[in-house]
Order: sequence, then C-alpha cells, then structure tokens
Amino acid sequence: MKTFNSIGTSPLRADAAAKTGGTLRYTDDRVRPGTLQAAVLASPYAHARITAIDTAAARRAPGVRGVFTGADWPEVLIGLYLGDKPPLARGAVRYYGEPVAVVVADDEAAALAALRLLEVQFEPLPTLASPSAALAAGAAVLHPALADYRRIPAILPEPGSNVANRTRIRKGDAAAVFATAEAAGAVVMEGCFSFPPGDHVAMEPRAVLAEYGLDGRLTVASSTQSPFGVRTLLAKALGLPERDIVVRAAPVGGGFGGKAGIQLEPLAALLALRFPGRPVRLTNTRELDLLSSPGRPGLESYVRLAARPDGELLALDMDLLFDSGAYADYAVNVSRAAAAACTGPYRVPHVRVDSLCVYTNHPFATAFRGFGHIELSYATERAMDLLAERLGMDPAELRRRNAILPGDTTPTGASLDASTGDLPACIDAVRRRLDWTAGTRSVQADGKVRAKGLACFWKAPAIPTFTEAAATVSFAEDGSVCLATGVVEIGQGTHDGLRLLVAEALAMDPGLVRVINEVDTDLSPHDWTTAASRSLFMAGRAALQAVEDATGQIRQTAAAVLRCPPEDLAVGGGRVCLRDDPERGLPLAALVLGYVYPDGNAVGGPVIGRGRYIARHLSGMDPASGAGRPGLEWTMGAEGVEIELDPRDGRLRVLRSACAMDVGTVVHPALARAQVVGAMGMGIGYATREAFQFDSHEAVVNGSLRDYKILRYGEDPQYFIDFVETPQGDGPYGARGLGEQGIIGMPGALAQAVSTAAGVQLCELPLTPEYIWRSMRAARNKTEGQA
Amino acid sequence: MTIYGPAETIELQINMESIRLAVQPGLSLMRLLRERLGLTGTRCGCENGDCGACTVLLAGVPVKSCMVLAVECAGQAIRTIEGLRDHPLQRAFTAEQGFQCGFCTSGMIMNAVALLEAHPQPDEAADREWLQSNLCRCTGYEGIRRALARARREMAEDRGG
Repeated sequence: MKTFNSIGTSPLRADAAAKTGGTLRYTDDRVRPGTLQAAVLASPYAHARITAIDTAAARRAPGVRGVFTGADWPEVLIGLYLGDKPPLARGAVRYYGEPVAVVVADDEAAALAALRLLEVQFEPLPTLASPSAALAAGAAVLHPALADYRRIPAILPEPGSNVANRTRIRKGDAAAVFATAEAAGAVVMEGCFSFPPGDHVAMEPRAVLAEYGLDGRLTVASSTQSPFGVRTLLAKALGLPERDIVVRAAPVGGGFGGKAGIQLEPLAALLALRFPGRPVRLTNTRELDLLSSPGRPGLESYVRLAARPDGELLALDMDLLFDSGAYADYAVNVSRAAAAACTGPYRVPHVRVDSLCVYTNHPFATAFRGFGHIELSYATERAMDLLAERLGMDPAELRRRNAILPGDTTPTGASLDASTGDLPACIDAVRRRLDWTAGTRSVQADGKVRAKGLACFWKAPAIPTFTEAAATVSFAEDGSVCLATGVVEIGQGTHDGLRLLVAEALAMDPGLVRVINEVDTDLSPHDWTTAASRSLFMAGRAALQAVEDATGQIRQTAAAVLRCPPEDLAVGGGRVCLRDDPERGLPLAALVLGYVYPDGNAVGGPVIGRGRYIARHLSGMDPASGAGRPGLEWTMGAEGVEIELDPRDGRLRVLRSACAMDVGTVVHPALARAQVVGAMGMGIGYATREAFQFDSHEAVVNGSLRDYKILRYGEDPQYFIDFVETPQGDGPYGARGLGEQGIIGMPGALAQAVSTAAGVQLCELPLTPEYIWRSMRAARNKTEGQA
Repeated sequence: MTIYGPAETIELQINMESIRLAVQPGLSLMRLLRERLGLTGTRCGCENGDCGACTVLLAGVPVKSCMVLAVECAGQAIRTIEGLRDHPLQRAFTAEQGFQCGFCTSGMIMNAVALLEAHPQPDEAADREWLQSNLCRCTGYEGIRRALARARREMAEDRGG
C-alpha cells in the first residue's frame, strides 16, 4: 500500500471559521440596497385550465413595478434534457404550487401584498395521481406538444402519452428463462414496490439575484450546483450568447441534487431583462421551495426475479415507473440511470427492464442524492428480500452469493475491471458491526421487537460521456498555493479533499494550499456541474495535472538559476532542489513569481499551472438494448440497521446503523465519514417519514416543515462506518466518489428490518407507524380469517 | 395590549452594543438583524418557526427570531452568532464535523450555547428536547452530538481549572 503525506489526514475544514462564526455569505446574504423583490403566486390546483388572470389591481398597488404571467414569454421553454417547462404557467397548471404569476416591487412586503390582488380564474381538470394512472388507456396527456420539445438524443419520449423517457435494458433472454423457470425447478419471486415523491429540504431555500447590466451582460448569482450548466441553459432559453451571461455561485446551503441543473434562474433572468440596471431578487419561501421548485421522484416498480434453489440469480424482469410529476427536469435522466444500474450490485445474466419517466400531476422531480439508484435499490433490495423468504435463505447470504465481481458485466454489458469495489468484504463488515450471526429478530421483555436488516448498493455517476473539469494552480509571494476549480461548495467538503490532493502532489503542508470557494463563470475554470459524486475524481484529476504543469514551470525556471537540467529537480516541502543533492535548491517563494538575480535581472514569471480532465471511454446506451458504457466508476457498499418496533402502535426507533463502502483511497477520513453518516441520516428520513401527502385532488397537504418531517436530533442512531479501499485505477491517488452513496441502501435495509420485526413484508414507503400498524393488522386479520 | 405607531424608535443591545433605531411594528427580529443591520449570520430557513436556523438569544433565552417582532425586543439584550467568538462550541463544531453546508449552524450553535448554560452536565433528554427545534439536513446529527459532548467537557474543565 502506498504511503501518503497529506492524503489520509483530516485537517479542519477551511470554511470552519466562516460557518461557525456566521460570517459566510450565501447568495441571499448578498442583496444590495435598491434590489427589486419578486414574489410568486403558486397554483392552488394540481391540474386546471387558466381561463383568465386579472392583474390590474395588483399593478396599481403601491410599490409595484411590474406584474408578469405566462403570456409575457409565450415562446420560452426551459428544460435540462427536455425543454417542457414554461417559466410561468401558460394556459394551464399541471401541479399544485406551479408558479402562475410574479409581482416585482420595491420591497418584499409590497410584492406579497400585491399577490393577494391578483385574480386568477381556474377551471379544475381531472388529475393524474400516479404513474400507472398516467399510463392507463384514455389518461389525459399532460404534454400534447411533447414531440415538439427540444431534447438531447439520449432521452426518448413517447409523444401522445405521458412517457417523458423510456430506457430499455435487454441482456440475455429473460423471457425464455421465466417461461421455463418453474419447470426447471427455479424459484420465481414477484413483487410491487412503491413510494410517493418527496423533497430535498436543503436548509437554504433556493435564491437568485439577477441583474441585466447596461453593458448588455446578464449577471446571475444563484444558489446553484451548476453555474456553468445554468449559463448554457440560460443562453438557450433566453436566446443570449453565453458570453453575455455570467453566473456566480456562492457556497450553497445544501444541494442534494435539488440545486443542480436549472431552477429559479430563468424566471429571475427574464425579470431582470425587464428592468435593465436594477438587480432583481427571487428567493423561495420554504413553502415555494418545497412545492413550486422540484423535489425528488416517486416510484412504482413491478419486479420478477428468478433464481436457482441455491440462490443463484437467473433473471430479472422489471418495470420501473418514475413519478416525474408535471415536468421532466432531471427525472428523465434519473430513470435512465436507474436502468443502467437495474440489477443492483448482483450478477444477473438475463435482464428485461423498462425504466420510464412518467408525467403526473405531482410536483415535478429533479436530481436527488442517489440519482435513480436509491429508487432502484429500494425495488431490487425488496425483491431480494422476498426472494430470500421464498428460498428460506438468509437475505445477507443471498446477496453475498450473487455479489457482482471484477470480470462480471453490468446490465449494459460493460465489463467490471480491477478497480471494481469489493462488495463481499462490505457485506461481511456490516454483518460484523451488527452481530448478524447473533440473530436478526428478538422480542424484548417489554414486548418491543428488535430486528436487523441489510441491503447492498452500487452507483455510477450518470453523466454525459464528455463530462469534464478544469483547474488552475497559482502561487502567492509566500510560496503558498491557490487552486481554482469550477466546483461549488455545497457542504460536501470537496474543496478540502482537493486541498489534500494538491498538498500531496506538492509534498506541501495542506495549510499552505487555499481553494477558492466561490465560482464565477467568467473567472473560474470550466466544470460540468457539482453533482454525481464526481467532483473529487474529476476536478481532482484536473488539479493534479495543474500541479504537474506548475512544477514543470518551476523546474524550468529553477534549472536556469541552479544551472542544471530541469529533470534533475524535484519540488517538495516548499522548495525546489536537486534530487541527488537536496541541500542545493531554492524556496518556492523565490521563484513562483519569477526569479530575481542579485543584479536585478529576472527570469521566469508567475507560475500558473493548468489542468483539465474529461471522462474517458464512456459511450451512450443503445435505444433497443441499453448496451453501452455509461458508468465512469462504480462505488459499492452494504448497509445495515437494527431497529426496535413497538408492535402495539407501529412506532419505530433506529438503534444502530452500519455502512461499509469501497471508496478507493480515503482522501480525508473525517469528511468521508461525515458524508456517509449524513447520507445515512437522510436515508432514515426518506424511508421512515418523508413523502408528500396528497388530498384527493393531488394538492400537497404537508407543504411546510411543520408537516413535512425530516430527521431530528435524538432520532439519529449510532453510526458505524467502514471503508474498504480497493484503489480506483484512474482516480486521483486511487479515490472515487462517495458523496451520495450512503443514502442508497438505507430504504432497503430499513424495509427489511421493519418487515422482519412486523412479521409482514412491507412494500411501500415511508414506513410510518400508521402504515406498519395497518399492515400488521391486515396480516393478522388474514391469518385469523384463514384459521 | 400595546398599540404601536407606524414606526417605533426602540433601543436594543445587540452583541453588547447599544443601538437606537426606528422600526415598523410588523418587522420581525430576524429581518431587522439581516436586512437592517447586515447580521446575516442569522439565517432564514422557513420564516415559520419550524427550522431553527434563525435562533438567537433574547435576554439569554433562545428564540426563533423569525417569530419575534423587533418592537417586542425593546430594551433587551440580543446575542447573535456574530457576538460569539472563539466559543468552545464553535471550536467543537469545527473539530467534530458538526456542520457541512453551515446553513443551520448559527442557529444550532446559539441554541446549544443556552443549552449548555442550562444543562452543564450531560443530559440526553434535555439535549433532545432543546435541539429538536433545530433542523440539520447534512450531518445526520452525529457531528453535532459529538460537538456538544466535546464542548461540555471543555467547559467543565475550564470551570474546574
């Protein structure tokens, strides 16, 4: 094993003082005096025709500078992969909370007061409450113009229906296996697993400050994970050239995918264009952030698994129906990512999977931590549990027996190389942490039941084949280093990881490396987007190349001064010196801005290292079979929980949780652990309480943080984290992504544990006390009915 | 019941400094701090009293400043995150990964400051009751739990020494 100087240490976060001292300025902390305030009117209907909007009274209200509706921008359609969304509803609303009108006023109070003067006539329409309802024969088509929408080629909508994207995986001959399975003595499991959509609940609501300068340039400061993506998509949506747009991303107060892609920026920009020279602020209230801005998709899945009696998996047949809500946004690629990973981390020779992104009248969905893999994992892990039950096998053993290994192929036919993580080692680590062999179910003296559950996961970044990153390295007079990238600080701590990579490469104290924590598309090196857990990997590779370039320049300048060939020189410890005579050298401070001889002559000039990286060997997926190589790398792991259930009322406590993940080299152990723990905590919320609740007309009834419950202090379990470190061959110092992965296995692990405790297979989320209690009662009634 | 005029001149003590200013009676303490005084360390996460990101100390008591009118604070001492420097809790949140995105951190720390004054000894039930009013979406609470323990230890040692 390699030994490192900086990698594997855990220096304090560079942003600690600003974050614990309250001096860090998020986007909405940068409002200038004189900024116009925008306020949004949200639809009270999930599906309705807009027959009239009377804006006259609102326009006359004090302080109001403008009132806008969908009719103001008849041509504009926004979309990341599929341009299906007007900035404000036009003619109809398709979800509860959809922006209908916006008021711009001198101050927020005036804008909010004027909202109440808007008179909108709605004519309610029947609603589509689920993907299966939206796919049923005769269902209303929510996007009749689907065929005309601009889209990327990888997305395959089906005009005339509510299918925004369908991805097919065909590997081997699953139909033939299922046709003969039972005759051949195989066991077949069939199940349906589902959950409703929900929200990211980043603590910082989305915020945008937009200004159209008198020089014709549009400046957009946004709480975004994708400053460069916003620039590109704004250019497309507004018909402006990229050169006339600058996007700035301050550190973001939590992203989780919900601030990737394009969000409030187009509406804010359109407003700014109406008021040249004046900044316009468009910041979500919490309610708008939950309802109007996108959340995460829901899922309906129909799964069949065939296995030999010894547990060896033979075939998978599955339909994944993603509930994308009213617009496609990222969800069309979420459904595609789930297809690419559809077997979970298991060897399955025969696969038939259709993964659909389906329009409904729910709040629309975008990227969410796990990006299709959390939804998929819930379906496949539940299927594995039901199969284990049919086989009479330990569910952990069934997983271990089928764990995918180097040399196996993914559902898309891509082969797994030596960098592939060690899933069996992860399963074993989780079993040890949870004392798996001591038994997975026990009844306590007080009648409560304790049970354990274990699930596996894998994830590859779902990214364009040409996803890239760039970095520059420059120096100050004191020899310290400044790294610039296009990576946004969203809490994940990638900048601290990058700092260690650079420090390692320069054999330098990490305290002498500074990473710029703001992104400005005019100034920062280009970067695809801060998503897909690929920033440390890709910006890391770019940063290492930038260091290489910088040290080349340093050696070149030093070679002249030290009168030696540049290849005889090494950079380290803040010096450049002869490899074979380290005493002979110079401090970096003496030459990073150019070396000055005693007589005043100078050579060199400021060192600036440039680095870039682009994904290698990726390809798209064949529309008929899915064949291709969409995955940059695969991070694998296992997760487990121990819960305590009160069978009298269905109340649940999570006592212990464990995650073992093969992340390659662990760059910053404390931050790596923190990422995984945080993701697991989020997974507990996802599985046990979080989801939108709808009334009979698909209006959300829990649209505030009072009713939409996330995990609170004291509900957190003990967390056990183990890292396996199979190096990623092409990762920076062998590292790969880990930011999202910790959430993926939690719903499956919790569903297994709670099902074991309850004595009934629970096939829906969230696992609320009411749902558990009802399921137990139904099972009991059924048993008693049979007796 | 107090009847307020369209603007009230009030005197506040904010982070040990006295300040006199005219405020509209409908203005919340959170907006006064953020929009009038530039003390943006007090964050706005919901403006509904649900998330705790705007927690400050009012006469030593943690309050959600979005739920308090500025005029109600007349004559009282207010402490915000900007008034806290090199506090054991700030060091402990740093050392124990008690934050990630940082958005909940100001409110979480201000509530914890009062918590540790009221409960200097470890007390899981009290911690739970107090800190359930502050939401954190990043940490899974492990780092916050550890930070609280570390700060308690350090403060106990200081008192002992």
